[in-house]
Amino acid sequence: MTDLDALDRLLLRALAQDATRPAADLGRELGLSQPATWRRIRRLRDLGALKGRRLDLDAAALGFGVTVFLGIKLASRGRASLEDFERAVCAIREVQTVEHVLGLYDYRLRVVARDLEDFERVLRRRIMTLPGIGPVEANVLLSEERLPGPL
Amino acid sequence: MIFMQDDTDRRLLRLLQEAPDLSTAELADRAGLTAMRCARRLARLEEAGVLRGVRGVIDWKALGFAVAVSLRVTLDKTQPRAFDEFLARAREVAEVIEIQTFLGRVDVRLQIVARDLGHYRDLYREKILVLPHIADIESLMTLSVVKSDEALPL
Repeated sequence: MTDLDALDRLLLRALAQDATRPAADLGRELGLSQPATWRRIRRLRDLGALKGRRLDLDAAALGFGVTVFLGIKLASRGRASLEDFERAVCAIREVQTVEHVLGLYDYRLRVVARDLEDFERVLRRRIMTLPGIGPVEANVLLSEERLPGPL
Repeated sequence: MIFMQDDTDRRLLRLLQEAPDLSTAELADRAGLTAMRCARRLARLEEAGVLRGVRGVIDWKALGFAVAVSLRVTLDKTQPRAFDEFLARAREVAEVIEIQTFLGRVDVRLQIVARDLGHYRDLYREKILVLPHIADIESLMTLSVVKSDEALPL
């Protein structure tokens, strides 16, 4: 791991959980002064290890009851450019993540919708009309957990 | 249970999704609210469990984990405890950063990070293939992340 020590890793772990915790609070827990904690956090940012923040929202409570992971293959004939596909897919508001992958599919998408009916609408009107789209496989998300990872 | 939201809630969450770094004062300013009302709204969203928190995003590549793989696992469902036992053991693998379960052709997805292909190969053989009740496993290796904001279309 790039030159991070055990304290850096603990800091990253804590910030991944709650990015709003004040440096003084984190420092107290790790036995560091506030300025020392600050310097470490800034270094983690400068290294790119900590690349911003993300709101953790309860999608279902906000009326988005369905999350679907899609595996997409591009059609091999009359192949539209990857750029065209990517530009169009990123513009769909219901599409939360897009990854270009190697394997059984070409792209992996995470899509949210209000319910299955709404998902069908997004799939038919937005996804299936994308330039170059081929076969699509859908898996409906039942549960999800995020883990700290190798820190 | 759907939270009773109004335009102000949606506007606040939309602004925060776009710029999670905003202070309450800046957020209030952009939303056209007083700082006090803004803070009260946010507290209400937190209490209701709608706003679960603000997470720091880790860039695994920057930490030296250049390889990211999505493993799509089908389990042997003739084993009644297949899900529970598989998930419990998968959680113990340090390189697993996300676990999702599905309704569909795939039962479980594991998001894995590895330093390089050699590390991934060892990890796959020694820590993944030994997980219990796997019937089939497919892997998708990430070439590039095109969009990753995970924003809700509020």
